[in-house]
Amino acid sequence: MAMESVEAVVAHIQGLSGSQEEVAHLHALLKQSEDALRSQAARLGAFLHQLDPSVHTLGYLFLLEAYSSDPVCREQDGDFLLSIVEFINSCSAEQIRLAPEKFISVCKSFKDKVMQLQVPIQGIVPLRTAIRKLQVSSEQLTTLHSDYLLLCLLAKCYKAGLSILDDDIFEVDQPRDLFLYCYYGGMINIGLKSYRKAWECLHNVITAPMTTLNAIAVEAYKKYILVSIILNGQVPLFPKYTSSTAQRNLKSHTQPYIDLANCYATGTFAELEGCIQTNLEKFQSDSNLGLVKQVLSSLYKRNIQRLTQTYLTLSLQDIANAAQLKTPREAEMHVLQMIQDGEIFATINQKDGMVSFHEDPEQYKTCGMIEHIDSSIHRLMALSQKLGSLDEHMSCDPAYLTRIGKERPRFDFDEFDSVPHKFL
Amino acid sequence: MEGDDEGTFAAATGYEAMYANGDAGDDPRLPPTPRSGKAAVGGGGDLMDVEAYAALYTGRTKVARLLFIAERCGNEGMQLEAFRLAHDEIKKGEDSHLYREAMAKIGDRLGPRYAIDQVWADAVDRRAEVRKEKLENELNIYKTNLIKESIRMGFNDLADFFYAHGQLGDAFKNFVRTRDYCTTSKHIIHMCLNVILVSIELSQFMHVSNYVSKAEQTPEQLDPVTHSKLRCAAGLAHLETKKYKLAARKFLETGHELGNNYTEVIAPQDVAIYGGLCALASFDRTELKNKVIDNINFRNFLELVPEVRELINDFYASRYASCLEYLENLKPNLLLDIHLHDHVETLYTEIRHKAIIQYTIPFISVDLHTMAGAFKTNVAGLEKELEALITDNQIQARIDSHNKILYARHADQRNATFQRVLHTGVEFERDVRAMLVRANLIKHECITRAARKP
Repeated sequence: MAMESVEAVVAHIQGLSGSQEEVAHLHALLKQSEDALRSQAARLGAFLHQLDPSVHTLGYLFLLEAYSSDPVCREQDGDFLLSIVEFINSCSAEQIRLAPEKFISVCKSFKDKVMQLQVPIQGIVPLRTAIRKLQVSSEQLTTLHSDYLLLCLLAKCYKAGLSILDDDIFEVDQPRDLFLYCYYGGMINIGLKSYRKAWECLHNVITAPMTTLNAIAVEAYKKYILVSIILNGQVPLFPKYTSSTAQRNLKSHTQPYIDLANCYATGTFAELEGCIQTNLEKFQSDSNLGLVKQVLSSLYKRNIQRLTQTYLTLSLQDIANAAQLKTPREAEMHVLQMIQDGEIFATINQKDGMVSFHEDPEQYKTCGMIEHIDSSIHRLMALSQKLGSLDEHMSCDPAYLTRIGKERPRFDFDEFDSVPHKFL
Repeated sequence: MEGDDEGTFAAATGYEAMYANGDAGDDPRLPPTPRSGKAAVGGGGDLMDVEAYAALYTGRTKVARLLFIAERCGNEGMQLEAFRLAHDEIKKGEDSHLYREAMAKIGDRLGPRYAIDQVWADAVDRRAEVRKEKLENELNIYKTNLIKESIRMGFNDLADFFYAHGQLGDAFKNFVRTRDYCTTSKHIIHMCLNVILVSIELSQFMHVSNYVSKAEQTPEQLDPVTHSKLRCAAGLAHLETKKYKLAARKFLETGHELGNNYTEVIAPQDVAIYGGLCALASFDRTELKNKVIDNINFRNFLELVPEVRELINDFYASRYASCLEYLENLKPNLLLDIHLHDHVETLYTEIRHKAIIQYTIPFISVDLHTMAGAFKTNVAGLEKELEALITDNQIQARIDSHNKILYARHADQRNATFQRVLHTGVEFERDVRAMLVRANLIKHECITRAARKP
């Protein structure tokens, strides 16, 4: 069956898309005719209309993939995008999962086209559908996740990205996917100003196991430094589970940011500004200038927050002096902003020019709070159980037992044999 | 201890005013100082009686202290006085290096009577050469005879010679060498005390601590004087290494038998001052009461420096203004003390902070004006100090800057617990999730690696 004609393939598809076994058979046939399809890519467009994507998904997929991998077809077909969107919306999920790489490659060419036409927003909804169909469970990370987030970033639709980001990911096929996914996730969270989540995402990137340094980790580390400063005022040390590659090499590539962090620690505004000025081009070329400006304004906030720990009431003039602001008016603006953002609890008395700081009014007595605590407890218990079952699973794994068995001491006859002999 | 020695007693109060020594016309360069009221006793702090101070000490430490005073004090009159006394003291000894050094510093400011006496210096050097040869020969003879006791004596004599001649390094080495030839505990103690003496001069306080512990480990019971000497030395070592609490404890344990037996290192007034200040800076209230105020033994020392006794009592009784005033009056003299000078600032800040903290403890609210009055500062300065202490978490309070009141603030345990719980939950979740992802990644890596293996 060397060079089956396209018509024959189409006939097979239409015939064998009924039950599970038929589809499996079809799959084998299709794999054999891949080359034929590719060579005839230009003609495939017409044949696609003969097939119904929802029923003949697998076949449609193969044809579509061959079609879209041909650059000429892509350029010429005005309806290229539309046809892919239609396919994604109507395809059947089980059949797709038989040939995931093909599906991914179709979506990738879709994404490339969308970016080329500079309409990333059009790609968002289809890709989300695609992800949901491709995923076996919502805990799985696919290659499409990072493409999806990239489109959200380009289109500045950060909230759209959130719906995917909120899923907890536990299964990863390709490490590279994770890097990109977390990096883009971090950027989306930064765009939404939820710095805590951004920090978590970026933290995952730099602490992921890696044997060689990659550019994603370096860029992520730069942002990580800036976000850490905004959140906590300092950059934490590498936790001990960070790979040694990362620990040794990340700092050497991100020197201007480390200088910035050190400058921030000393606390004076003028020094920080000076530091930023000296490294301005580097920040700009890394497109981190916006974040750096936020670091600057966070210095004021931190100073003002420290004041809340020491004073009950303080005049605006004193606040301006302590936080190195120029006028009491500026101080008032900053304090007002912080009250609105919920970062401090205070009231401004304009008549006296005084600010009174209050304690956090949260008393942990409301129903809402109780529910929050309750749901947290449940979530954590589920997580713990998951951890426990993973541990159990591991201890029954033959590879693990073999390894343990080999390393146990040999000649202690009195010891209880912890590993059955068949694993040695 | 009080009426021990007329000169000593006079010198005890001679720190601050001239009155004890009689007329101020003795030395016309120093104006007379008034003697009125207890707090004003130290009014003439700068005009320390150098002669009386020097009379408290003997040996090399006397010269070192005098030279130090001459360098540090701003007063020309005092400086010349110190130089003169140093010169006289050096001439009594055998150290020509020190003589030359001192004369270089003095120049010709003391007049023609005190010009550099090259003849004397050369004579001393020649005598030293001769003696050194003699001692070394004797030592060699003893070594061939292999009599432990004479070898030990030989080393000791050589070390004493070096010490007198100012070669402290060699003296140290030789004292240490006697260790192998010590047979009785007495010898060991003798050796230790000598090493301690030289180490203090060399400012090597590690050795001081080591040898103090060595001396204390001897099986024989130490006589009280030696015991006190060792305590003082240990206290000094701790002081120099900034361990003020330990230093205070050692000084407080010094027995009054010390008397004037250790004047080649420390005077009993010093024990009182060092011990009192370190205790005040590092002890809490109970310890202060038990170990200092109720300490009968230490009371003997405190009698020698009534200011320290008064200031400790004032601190304990919360009369802060008076206490701080005594401290201020003592300060100029303490800055001239070779052991204490670079610790004075730290100790003073500590004491001041302790005073402020102690002041605020009993109250729910404190008016900053009254407090500023009690501490003799202005409200703005006080506010700054309080801010620093609150940020350091030494005081649990908040400042109402509008009305200038300090309110005590007790953390709400219940809220704090809830916050901590929620925070821990969030962290746990985050860490476990990240960990599961990482585990998954590593598993995939292992699987791919295993798959690649044939």
